[in-house]
Amino acid sequence: MNSVIPFIPLLLGALAAILLRGWLRNILMLAAPIAGALNLMGIEHGVFWSMEFMGYVLEPVRVDKLSLMFGYLFHLASFIAVVYALHIKDTVQHVAGLAYAASAVGAVFAGDLLTLFVFWELLALTSVFLIWARKTDRAYSSGFRYLIIQVLSGVLLLAGLLILAQVNNSLLFNQISLQHEGLAQIGAWLIFLAFGIKCAFPFMHNWLTDAYPEATPTGTVFLASFTTKVAVYAFARGYPGEEILIWIGVSMACFPIFFAVIENDLRRVLAYSLINQIGFMIVGIGIGTAIALNGAVAHAFNDVIFKGLLMMSMGAVLHMTGKINGSELGGLYKSMPKTTILCIVGAASISAFPLFSGFVSKSMIMAAAVAEGYDVVWLLLLFAAAGVFHHAGVKIPYFAFFAHDSGIRTTEPPKNMLIAMTIAAVTCVVIGTFPAQTVYALLPWEHDYNPYDMTHVLTQLQLLFFSALAFVWLNLKNMYPPELPSTNLDADWLYRKLAPNVVKRVGGSVYGAYGRFEKSVVTSIKQVIQNSYDAESGQPKGYFARLWPIETMVVWVAVLLSIYLMLYYLHDLL
Amino acid sequence: MAEQHEPSGFFDKPENIRKMLKVFYVICGLLVVADFIVHRHIYHDWEKIPAFYAIYGFVGCVVLVIIAKEMRKVLMRGEDYYDE
Repeated sequence: MNSVIPFIPLLLGALAAILLRGWLRNILMLAAPIAGALNLMGIEHGVFWSMEFMGYVLEPVRVDKLSLMFGYLFHLASFIAVVYALHIKDTVQHVAGLAYAASAVGAVFAGDLLTLFVFWELLALTSVFLIWARKTDRAYSSGFRYLIIQVLSGVLLLAGLLILAQVNNSLLFNQISLQHEGLAQIGAWLIFLAFGIKCAFPFMHNWLTDAYPEATPTGTVFLASFTTKVAVYAFARGYPGEEILIWIGVSMACFPIFFAVIENDLRRVLAYSLINQIGFMIVGIGIGTAIALNGAVAHAFNDVIFKGLLMMSMGAVLHMTGKINGSELGGLYKSMPKTTILCIVGAASISAFPLFSGFVSKSMIMAAAVAEGYDVVWLLLLFAAAGVFHHAGVKIPYFAFFAHDSGIRTTEPPKNMLIAMTIAAVTCVVIGTFPAQTVYALLPWEHDYNPYDMTHVLTQLQLLFFSALAFVWLNLKNMYPPELPSTNLDADWLYRKLAPNVVKRVGGSVYGAYGRFEKSVVTSIKQVIQNSYDAESGQPKGYFARLWPIETMVVWVAVLLSIYLMLYYLHDLL
Repeated sequence: MAEQHEPSGFFDKPENIRKMLKVFYVICGLLVVADFIVHRHIYHDWEKIPAFYAIYGFVGCVVLVIIAKEMRKVLMRGEDYYDE
C-alpha cells in the first residue's frame, strides 16, 4: 500500500493554511482531513515506521485497531471543525486548529513513549493559540494557565518514560499497569499522573473548565475534540483494567454535574459535562473487560461528535449574539430555529435517547459495570446519566433557546456553521440508529453487543422522562435555581486565589521583616557614631580622636617601646 | 419597532405549553404502565422494584438540584471574582 504517515495530510493542511488565502485555502483545508481518512483506509496494521535512537527502538508510527479507531475519529472531528470555522479570516486559528488535529493523530499512532511525549507537548503548544485568539484579557491569562498545566503533564510524562526506559530498557508504548517494584512503580505513576492531567481527573480538571469557555467560538470545537480523547486513548492502551480508574471515573462522572447545574456560562456547563462524559469512559477502561473497553472507546467516539455539536450550537449563539451566559439568553428559537433543532439533536445524543449515538455506547459501560458486580458504581453512573440529561440535555437548550424571552433578535449563523452542525447531527443519528455498521464496526476488542432490546430501551426512556419530569416539577414549583451572573469556586481557587494570596502574604511579611531589620541596623550604627561625637564642642568624644595623628603615633610608639622593654627583662628573668 | 409585527412564538402561548405538558405527562404515565406489562430482564436486585428507573431518575434529579442549590451558598462569588 502507498500510505503515508497518518498525520502528514493534516499537517500539509496546516501548511496550506499558512501559505494560501481565499477559496484555494478553503478547499485544501477541507481536503486535508478527507485525504487523511482515505490514507488510513489503505494503511496496513503493524509497525509502519521504526528506527533506533540512542540504543532504544522507536516506533513513531504503529497501526492497530485501537489507534485506527481514534485516527478515523480525529479526521472526522477535524473535518467538521474546519467546516465550522471556514468563515473566519484569522490565519492563526486555521493553522493552530489543523496542526492541533495533526498532533492528536500523531499521538494516537505513536508506538513509543518518546514519540508520544513529542506529540503530547505539541497538543498543548498548538491548541493554546485557539484560546489566545479570543484576544481578551481573560483568554490571555486563562491560556497561560492552560499552557503551564499542559506542559507540566508533558514533563511528568517525560520523567516517567525516562525511568521506565532505564528499568525496562525499552521505550515502546504498551500496557504499563501500576503493579511494579521500586523505581519502575514511580515511573508508572508519573505517567499515570501525566495522562490524568490531560484527562481532567478530579482536582486536575480546572484547566479544562477554565480555558475551553474562554477560547473562540470555533476554537472550542477543536479543543473539545482532541486533548482529552488522546488521554482516554492513552489510558486504554497503557492502563486497561486498573481498578483505581473505576473510582476516579465515577467521581468524574458525578461531581461535575452539580457544578453544571449552577454554572451560568453555557459553554462552561458543557465543559463540566465533558468531564462527566470522560468519567464514563474512564470507568469503562478501569473495568477492563472487552465490552467495557469497547464501550469506553465507542463513547469517546460518540462524545466527540455530540459534544462537538453542542459546543458548535453554543458557539453559534455566542457568534451571533455575543452572549453566552444563561442569564442573558432565552427565546432564541424564534430567530435561530435551525440551530435550536440541531442543538436538541446534540442534547438527545448526549442524554443517550434511543436512536441517538450516546445510547449505543453509554449502555455498554453500564452493562459492563453490572456484569462485573460493581453495584455502587452502576448506581452512581445511573445517577450521572440522569444528571447529564438534566444539565446538558435540558438546561442547555432550555436556557439558550426557550425560557423567558431575552428580547435578543438575531439570525441563523453563517451557512458553513449550519452545515457543520448538520453533518454532526446526522452522524449522531446514523450512529445511534445503525451502530453495527458504523461505530461498532471500528471497535478494537472482540465482543457482540446489541443495545436495542426491550428492557434497555424501556428503562432508559423511563430514566430520561422522569428526569425531565423532575425538571418540569422543579420549575413549576419555582425551586429550580435561576441562572445568575456568578463565578463558582472550584479547585482552581487553590491556585488562582489561595496560592497567590499566601505568596503575597508570606512575601509581604518577609519583605517587611527584612526592611525592619535593615532599619534597626542602620539606627544602631548611627547611634554608635552619635555616642562617640560631642555635638556641642564639635569634636569626637574619644581620647585618641581628640589628638592629631602625629601625637597619637608618638603615644603608640611609647607604648610599644615600653612593652618591648618589659618583654626583654621578662626573658632575662626566665 | 420592527418587533411589533413579529408573530408571537409557539412557546409564548400558555395554552400550547399546557398542551405539551399534558402530552408529556401521558407519556410518563404510559412508561410506568409499560413497566408492568413488559417483562424486563433483571440484572440487579434493585431493578425488581416496580418502575425503579422512573423513581431513580426523578429522585436523583431532585436531589441533584437541591444539593447544587445548597452549594451555591458556599461557592458562589461575583462574576468578576478572579479579575479583581
